[in-house]
Amino acid sequence: MADGPSRVSRPDPGLQPERTRLAWRRTALAMTVVMVLTVRLALPLGRAGVALGAVAVLGWSAALLVCWWRVTVARRAAYSRALPLAALATAGYATLGVVVLIRGVW
Amino acid sequence: MWQAIRRWFDPQELRSVGTTPDYRFSLANERTFLAWLRTGLALVAGGLAAAQFLPPLPLAHLREVIAIALLLLGGAVAVRAIDHWARTERAIRLGEELPASRFPAVLALAVGIGALLLVAAVLVRAIGGDG
Repeated sequence: MADGPSRVSRPDPGLQPERTRLAWRRTALAMTVVMVLTVRLALPLGRAGVALGAVAVLGWSAALLVCWWRVTVARRAAYSRALPLAALATAGYATLGVVVLIRGVW
Repeated sequence: MWQAIRRWFDPQELRSVGTTPDYRFSLANERTFLAWLRTGLALVAGGLAAAQFLPPLPLAHLREVIAIALLLLGGAVAVRAIDHWARTERAIRLGEELPASRFPAVLALAVGIGALLLVAAVLVRAIGGDG
């Protein structure tokens, strides 16, 4: 026991926490692409477009904060509200996109 | 329905059922959720890209209809992802069978049919001679 490797310091087979951290990072990058596309679509719509673009940027900041929070502050929590919040952000971008499109056409 | 939504946001509720599994199972479930979320984000990005990079189509507002369909599909994927995550975690904690789902098959069919329609549209344009 004393000469064997400690159970606590044994590297995790499969590096599960690291893979999960990278998955959150990829998700944050995907959200960044969606934010940029939303702003680009909204900006030509004048004042309303600027307001909708601002919503997209604020939502993106909040979503990135949630992703960062999950893999740093709350990394030891088995379950996190970061998951429903990230899903909410995605559904929110879908809704925002529909609003921008409807505003742009009619 | 409100109860399901409350369940997504309440880690305490989830912890109260069954026994805590090997943390690797929970992390794998979380990564599967994130992969679905990125699928939803890709559909949303596709809708936004269709709206601003497609040329105006011969049918009035067809471009906007395609974009809105992709956006709604992306949003639905995201909502279904969190619901499936919660139900899977519950099943793991209770040692039950994982929840079966037709959703992946339905999504695959929808994307496949959409792609076929686009191929048909491109061919019609090419043979029609004005493209």
